Amino acid sequence: MITKQHTHVLSRVHLFLAFFSIALGGTFGLLQGLVRAGAITLPSWLSYYQILTAHGLLLALISTTYFIFAFLLAGNGATLGDLSKTEYTLAKWGTIVLTAGVILAATMILKGDASVLYTFYLPLQASPWFYVGLALFVIGTWLFAAGLIHQYFAWRKAHPGQKTPLFAFLGTVTLLLWIIASLGVAATVLFQMIPLSFGWVQGVNVELSRTLFWYFGHPLVYFWLLPTYMAWYTVMPRLIGGKLFSDTLARFAFLLFLVFSFPVGIHHQLTEPGIQDGWKFFQVILTFMVVIPSLMTAFNVFASLESVPRTAGQRRSLFGWIGALPWGDVRFLAMIIAMLFFIPGGIGGLVNASYQMNAMVHNTLFVVGHFHITVGTPVMLTFFAISYWLIPHLTGRTFTPLANRLGILQTVIWSLGMLIMSWTQHALGLMGAPRRTAYTVYQNHPQAQVWFDTPWANYTLMAIGGALLFTGIVLMLVIVIYLGFFAPRSEKATFPLAEARDDGPQPAFLENWKLWLTITAVLILIAYTVPIFDILAHNAPLARGMRTW
Amino acid sequence: MHLHRYEKIWLSFGITSLIVFLAVLAFTAFAEGHTPPGGILTVSPESVDQVPPFNAPGVYDRGDYVDVYIVGQIFSYNPNRIELPLGKPVHFYVTTKDVVHSFTIIDTTVNMMLIPGYVNSATYTFEKPGSYLVLCNEYCGAGHQLMQMEVEVKG
Ligand code: HEM
Ligand SMILES: [Cu+2]
Ligand SMILES: [Cu+2]
Repeated sequence: MITKQHTHVLSRVHLFLAFFSIALGGTFGLLQGLVRAGAITLPSWLSYYQILTAHGLLLALISTTYFIFAFLLAGNGATLGDLSKTEYTLAKWGTIVLTAGVILAATMILKGDASVLYTFYLPLQASPWFYVGLALFVIGTWLFAAGLIHQYFAWRKAHPGQKTPLFAFLGTVTLLLWIIASLGVAATVLFQMIPLSFGWVQGVNVELSRTLFWYFGHPLVYFWLLPTYMAWYTVMPRLIGGKLFSDTLARFAFLLFLVFSFPVGIHHQLTEPGIQDGWKFFQVILTFMVVIPSLMTAFNVFASLESVPRTAGQRRSLFGWIGALPWGDVRFLAMIIAMLFFIPGGIGGLVNASYQMNAMVHNTLFVVGHFHITVGTPVMLTFFAISYWLIPHLTGRTFTPLANRLGILQTVIWSLGMLIMSWTQHALGLMGAPRRTAYTVYQNHPQAQVWFDTPWANYTLMAIGGALLFTGIVLMLVIVIYLGFFAPRSEKATFPLAEARDDGPQPAFLENWKLWLTITAVLILIAYTVPIFDILAHNAPLARGMRTW
Repeated sequence: MHLHRYEKIWLSFGITSLIVFLAVLAFTAFAEGHTPPGGILTVSPESVDQVPPFNAPGVYDRGDYVDVYIVGQIFSYNPNRIELPLGKPVHFYVTTKDVVHSFTIIDTTVNMMLIPGYVNSATYTFEKPGSYLVLCNEYCGAGHQLMQMEVEVKG
């Protein structure tokens, strides 16, 4: 029999690995900021691009995946009940395989045999074992996801005619999105990178590989965002003592995110040859369709915030609900600040995706600023907010006032560090400063000098923001260790799930998975068939793999 | 499915702005010709040095406009310094002999990827004289931060 204890242990393993990755990745981030500012030089055995590869992979891919899996596993347990034996075996083996992949890939990075950055664009050619590690990682995630998806459908079968629990529904959309997305990266890793690096083929089609990569790379950001929204929908209303405004709209928004997150990857390739303008523009239009579920999410979340219980006085004023919110509770505070960061984050995203404006910012530090105030803050800060109650829930301890105070301090430091660092990165990017570039003054060219000298945005300021962020990570680790090992024991800590306001019966099409998966597949085919056919038809000469570091 | 009245207003407002926004993008793109860089010409990375026009990279003044051919390779451009005229459209054609690079002229809208196997292109008219830094902003290897060239624009 698989009990709650089993899933709690597995969830804890994922959380531990997530925070371990954050600690390591954050350290590298600190070093990057200092190197670019010219404040330090790395020892000869460590290269800038080696740590940058590790930073990107650890923070964007590995820590997020571990955290999301911990959250979904625990939440499914709280809403659907215990895993079956098969489901548990899938989740356990998924964890083992994906961790083996991470260790293999990390070893290659550490040895200096895979300084290819977290996008590993061909024809840069890393050690074949790096790609094998990536493949194992992806396969491990599929096994894990299969376990949880099976749990959801088994529950549905056992409860005919019932609405499935909201958390599990949203989690299932998230996992399906991940599986469909990772098919793209799996294809280029298995059929291009592994054969090339083992020497089985002499050359590869680079543009094809990039297109497959970005078919994965864009929905990847939704794989981070959807669990974040899940916390906003399913947990936050409970923390404020209110109700979710609309369960139905939450489900509908997630399904729209699912269908619109795939046919858009080419917006990352706007400055590349090999793809016609018309198709670039078409995918840009589809990109902006996510505005619709995003607006729905914003409405639903803010309407839920308004349901906070109020005093008579607060009820009389239009904005009285703001004062009624539990600002002193970090589990809420970290989440709402995360949401506020998403406003400039979303606007920056509109700039990036704007077809011709993209050339102004592509591969500049603007992009780096953008993902630090999207995945680095709305997502990370929400994950921290989740940790404040998830860790006590999993370890049978209490969330104490001490942890709350430290958490508030953590939130303040993180927000300040991120404001400074990402502001600087956005501004430097608009001045032309490149991303992914070690310290250089470009032979003292005056246009590069500006990046060091502008008083309100320069590399030193970026490093200062980075140092603050690093302090925030250290503090977060202290809180995590305290909550995991030292806080007083109690069995009371629960998974705080919100109820939804009654918004009528749920329309049947929302749980018609065949319908939604078909729409997803059709949109993918419409958006990608011609561009991929074109790339194959151009028959561009193949490129040899190269190790240039 | 029931939509709250405020939500209907909110979504209609949002979707209308979205349509206006996309219409503006489409207009400047297709009516005013502000399209991103691109191209579908192909060239073998290994024979870049042998095939025209990349066997003789550099600046070619065609009267009303200028053609520029640049080859990128780790960790430099060929040529690494060019002079260009003020106020004349310049068509840049770029490719790479090895891995992916970029051709990015600071303080202009020229910013494009060099993809092995393809020729990429973009057009720009310089309005200000001076020395422009060109750099590679796509990671290409250990010396990526050294990859640069210079454009001198003379009036
Ligand atoms: C201590 C906190 C952090 C610091 C100081 C930091 C600093 C930096 C810096 C300076 C860069 C730019 C490097 C360059 O382009 O040359 C960078 C890149 C990046 N950061 Fe962070 N960062 C931090 C946290 C995070 C977090 C929490 C995430 C995501 C969850 C993240 C994701 C990334 C990614 C994906 C890149 C791009 C890597 C690449 O271009 O290959 N960072 N970071
Ligand atoms: Cu994207
Ligand atoms: Cu480069």
